[in-house]
Amino acid sequence: MISVSLAQIKTSLGNIKENAYKHFELIEKAIEDKYDLIVFPELSLTGYNLRDLVYNVSLNQESDIIKKIKDYSKYISIVTGFVYEDKRHLFYNASGYFEGGEILHIHKKVFLPNYTMFEESRYFAKGDSFTAFDTKYFRCGILICEDALHISSILSLTRQDVDTVIVVSNSPARGIFEDSFYPEELWYNTLKFAATNLTVNVIFVNRVGVEEGITFWGGSTVFSPFGKSILKLPLLKEEVKGVKIDLKELRRSRIHSPFLKGEDFAMIKKLVRNCGDVDEY
Amino acid sequence: MNIDTKIVTEILCNFIKEETEKIGVKNVVVGLSGGIDSALSATLAVKALGKDRVFLYYLPYRTSSMQSKIDAMNVADFLGVDLTEVDITKFVEPYFAVNPEISKLRKGNVMARMRMIVLFDKSAEVGGIVLGTSNKTELLLGYGTWYGDLASAINPIGDLYKTQVWKLSEYLQIPRQVIEKKPTADLWEGQTDESELGFSYQDVDRLLYKMVDERYSFEELVNDGFDKEFIENISERIRKNQFKRQLPVIAKISLRTIEKDFRYSRDWGY
Repeated sequence: MISVSLAQIKTSLGNIKENAYKHFELIEKAIEDKYDLIVFPELSLTGYNLRDLVYNVSLNQESDIIKKIKDYSKYISIVTGFVYEDKRHLFYNASGYFEGGEILHIHKKVFLPNYTMFEESRYFAKGDSFTAFDTKYFRCGILICEDALHISSILSLTRQDVDTVIVVSNSPARGIFEDSFYPEELWYNTLKFAATNLTVNVIFVNRVGVEEGITFWGGSTVFSPFGKSILKLPLLKEEVKGVKIDLKELRRSRIHSPFLKGEDFAMIKKLVRNCGDVDEY
Repeated sequence: MNIDTKIVTEILCNFIKEETEKIGVKNVVVGLSGGIDSALSATLAVKALGKDRVFLYYLPYRTSSMQSKIDAMNVADFLGVDLTEVDITKFVEPYFAVNPEISKLRKGNVMARMRMIVLFDKSAEVGGIVLGTSNKTELLLGYGTWYGDLASAINPIGDLYKTQVWKLSEYLQIPRQVIEKKPTADLWEGQTDESELGFSYQDVDRLLYKMVDERYSFEELVNDGFDKEFIENISERIRKNQFKRQLPVIAKISLRTIEKDFRYSRDWGY
């Protein structure tokens, strides 16, 4: 059993001090409540519509806020979102997994939406991999919002034998129809598909609050490898809530649905080569 | 075109609450015209903030119809909020007097801008911000006065077509008379939006929804049964009125020009 807290929070745009303070409070509370892991949404330390503020709020391994989160991670594992500035001064939409006083992994968002209301690739550099990593509790990968909507991300993580996928997002409420709440439908289909067909745990944390007229819809959830939503946070409301994930469920689901057994990555390799997608140097 | 009224209400109330409170402002002011758009904005504001934090004004000119006043009063009663009347006649008449040749349209614009001046001043008086009352249909068609009724700090209903405004107003049980009356800017006697525009809101909303929201091409719209001339007329109106939907254009000189390469969200730091 692993006890996970989903921090479905509002953030203050570009006000990194205030956001960090909120993180510290919630992390302390989660430690007190004996959680093993707390997951914050995409860009949880900065807010979303940053535009030119990207350059004012970036962090790296040496930043005080990052060091402080590393310290906290001696007592609880933490996933948090921030703007990562690398040594070349490229800026990434990133999410870090902190554990045992270290940063275990920084995922840099690969698929940066740049259409309709989005302008991420104007500001952010693109990550170039989906890398699985081992934590105290499971083998997992992090996907940031749009990443999860691409089949290549899920395929990459499956190939690397993950048992848990953490999806963090800043998904806006857009397209509200009488018969469907479009973003919720899109996301729950996506998450449920990943959970059932990869037979993995899926932890989804989406932010709430209004920023520049844009409402983020929340609805954070955890899907079991059987595709069952075992916790669902409310739409639109700030709430931090946890659930225990039964790690044994994975084995049961893979006996019940042994899709992985038949997976054929050699076939995919051949396909990619035949389609000319492999550089022949 | 059909919206889930419950969740849209929740989103719009959250919007009003957050975009007000996070900048440290407590109150909002709304000018009630007697029409449905301002009634809806005011209703959402009362739902979001409570009636003590919403300040309502009725701003008639001497030719404004009695029906407008009755409707504005009914909406205020429905919301349980006092309605303050500020007659703008004495503010605008001196200007009209020195411009005897002024047209009906110019007069209407002056009145709309006078109302804007009163509302923004009232917002300073009560420590609030001005809530917008322009719907998506008006904004796309440019059917409003620049820096007049189009001016506001935040606008909860600017992404709702007129037909959606009606639907949401029914859900919120706004007095029937206000929902059912013919929309009018009440700038002169007997004026109605639909006779002035030359088409009904229902027809134009159906077209706008397909054209704007669903990105139908010209050919697809024709195939869908829309009149070619109607499509062209509306497309042209949207294009011509783009200026009303954005900040003034700034001539670029420096490396960082406001809006072009000095790009920040208004919620910066909030």
